[in-house]
Amino acid sequence: MTIANSTELICFFVLASVVVVGSLGVVLLENIVYSAFLLGGVFMAVAGLYLLLNASFVAAAQVLVYVGAVNVLILFAIMLVNKREALKPIEGLQVRRLISGFVCAGLLALLMRVALITPWEVPGPTSIGEEATIRIGEHLFTDYLLPFELASVLLLMAMIGAIVLARRDVISSDVGTGREVTQELIEKTQEPLLVDKSST
Amino acid sequence: MLSIYPIAPFVLLTPGIDLEFSFTEALIGFGLSPQLAHLLWLPLPMLLVLIGAVVGVLVTVWLERKVSAAAQQRIGPEYAGALGILQPMADGLKLLVKEDVIPHRADSLLFTLGPVLVLVPVVLSWLIVPFGQDLLISNVGVGIFLWIALSSIQPIGLLMSGYASNNKYSLLGGLRAAAQSISYEIPLALCVLAVVMMTNSLSTVDIVEQQNSSGLLTWNIWRQPVGFVIFWICALAECERLPFDLPEAEEELVAGYQTEYAGMKFALFYLGSYINLVLSALLVSVLYLGGWGFPIPVEWLAGLLRQPLESPFVQVFTASLGIVMTILKAYLLVFLAILLRWTTPRVRIDQLLDLGWKFLLPISLVNLLITAALKLVFPIAFGG
Repeated sequence: MTIANSTELICFFVLASVVVVGSLGVVLLENIVYSAFLLGGVFMAVAGLYLLLNASFVAAAQVLVYVGAVNVLILFAIMLVNKREALKPIEGLQVRRLISGFVCAGLLALLMRVALITPWEVPGPTSIGEEATIRIGEHLFTDYLLPFELASVLLLMAMIGAIVLARRDVISSDVGTGREVTQELIEKTQEPLLVDKSST
Repeated sequence: MLSIYPIAPFVLLTPGIDLEFSFTEALIGFGLSPQLAHLLWLPLPMLLVLIGAVVGVLVTVWLERKVSAAAQQRIGPEYAGALGILQPMADGLKLLVKEDVIPHRADSLLFTLGPVLVLVPVVLSWLIVPFGQDLLISNVGVGIFLWIALSSIQPIGLLMSGYASNNKYSLLGGLRAAAQSISYEIPLALCVLAVVMMTNSLSTVDIVEQQNSSGLLTWNIWRQPVGFVIFWICALAECERLPFDLPEAEEELVAGYQTEYAGMKFALFYLGSYINLVLSALLVSVLYLGGWGFPIPVEWLAGLLRQPLESPFVQVFTASLGIVMTILKAYLLVFLAILLRWTTPRVRIDQLLDLGWKFLLPISLVNLLITAALKLVFPIAFGG
């Protein structure tokens, strides 16, 4: 085994264990801030796995989108609404945990079975390396144009939705229940401090 | 100021001197396997760039102290070395021996990890900065995109240290830093995209080579004047330099996310911000000012003097000229940034977000559109 091969193997095992342990931490940790930071670590490790597969553009895009945008926004939301109050105890928490544990174990078993019985081609297709950027662009603007555009429409809808939810002065009733909402704008318009009021 | 940079012993032009080849050949001559020799070679350029980055920070700190002194009609550091040139060393030494304080009830793990997460992506981005044709650590194909991706990790470190300090000023500073960095990354990326569109490549080496066909006249600043200005504004905002240093606005937030930090952890923030400044200046020079290129192409000069391009003398000369030009351009921009810091007032947070979202973003989009149109109409001038 050459040095390059063994380095790759070590990197793979380190990254894979980071992904597995990190995602378990995301789900199981009590502190939501730790979960969010760990999620960033998991995204980074996934980007590392892409790098190992010679897909550097996908790795960089993963870091930019998932770590730089999604995870930062999650952290932002958590820290802006950081209420220090104890959560209400949920009824039947143990039973819920057991059920979700069973569902997850079943899913894991299914995926393991799929991974084991599929006749994988070893070694897989050779990676195209740096040409991948061009190839991805070609695909996005030819045969994957419709999903690409639909995704942008989806993002636009999410953005408009967020603005409508945040601007209560536009819609003053709750969209779901129809009740009047008396939530005011968080930031009120302020008068400048230094204007001399006596002169006007 | 320039002589402290050693001439980087990387790979020079392929037909001429190839230091990597000679180094590995020498080690193979000692009986090592080729793989092991390559493994021993790998850390050398990285170490050299790391040292270069840190020395660059020392120079920048000294420059900042001197220029700020001149702007305020003071003398500035004077006693530590000639013209106070050893002052940054003294600063660093002081931070090194200071007590490392972790505040009571702060989250010590995240508190320690925060500064590291701020510094590491910035240092890693030096991977793609070219000082010459082959004078860079790695000519990765995704090049400049890697830098954009890496710089988007930084806000996580800022949020982390802001949260872990258990201090309202720190948290506010961290949130401001993240908001600022997210909003200014978009126009920044759009400006880079316009340059990339003209180059047809993301690699920093290709971007510089495309500009240097006939020296000064083909630099991107003439083809992308708007992009240049927007990129520079956004780079200053990403570095949290003074017109945009809201995350650490000392009159409002004490020192923002770094309020609770002392000693080496504070030094990591300090180092990170200055490395980021030098890196941004280097990237402006790579993207818009022709990178390592001399205003008159070296090939013309060599042809004028009837020197073959492959001769060792011309190669060493070209490489040193490239390094000097890159650093000269970068430090001119650093000087500009320092002047801006000591002459402009800070913007308010609403002005900052207005400028980013309502002004820079539309203009950079229009710039991208116009570049695309010009590329279709004049494929010769705008990279067909």
